[in-house]
Amino acid sequence: MYVRIRLFARLRELAGTSEMSRDVPDGATAHDAWNHLVREFPSLGDYSRNVACAVNEEYARPTSPLKDGDEIAFLPPVSGG
Amino acid sequence: MMARQSSFVVTSGALDVAAVTASGARATDGAVATFVGLVRDHNAGRRVLWLDYEAFAPLALKAFEQIAGEAADRWPGARLAIHHRTGRVAIGEASVAIAAASPHRADAFAVCRYAIERVKQIAPIWKHEHFVGGDVWIEGAIADPSDDAARRVALERACT
Repeated sequence: MYVRIRLFARLRELAGTSEMSRDVPDGATAHDAWNHLVREFPSLGDYSRNVACAVNEEYARPTSPLKDGDEIAFLPPVSGG
Repeated sequence: MMARQSSFVVTSGALDVAAVTASGARATDGAVATFVGLVRDHNAGRRVLWLDYEAFAPLALKAFEQIAGEAADRWPGARLAIHHRTGRVAIGEASVAIAAASPHRADAFAVCRYAIERVKQIAPIWKHEHFVGGDVWIEGAIADPSDDAARRVALERACT
């Protein structure tokens, strides 16, 4: 199945893109999608312990199962204000 | 009559603090407390030139709504407006404006403080600091809206 991946701030810079579509196995979770991404962009691995994620514009747990067509956003630690 | 501005905004335009302040208040309110965050010219020993703010806007708006809901649960009758900038923000300009309206001033102050603490914890917004000699992404909290420990920290800061 295909999911749309969005990256923000330093994650976006490290990967060199803000948005991509990737084929992940059926039943993949947000965590699986992240690991898929780290294999492609190893420098993202530094963020494995402190990345947050959102699925379809809602905060989500890494264990959330994905569906075909989902949009998953990976968020580095935030610094608004 | 001025159009009523929406309570939660993420914008690349300059923040209108007066409009943020006016957006929340009703006849039953006795107080509006406001907080305006400014871009300052120094940080961690660096001479800051400007900040570029990036946001995941639709999720940021939901985070603002959640913060307002949490505040209304804790301080009945309180309402919030939260406006945040994106893009390049110059030294001295407002990056965030918060207005907390309540029947009573003590609650208005507490809600305003609570809101900025929660914005820093859970709003998907990032500062890219440009300083003399380089640039750096500022990274603070891991955003987790369901983290009760973080919420308690914000409550303690609001109530002391």
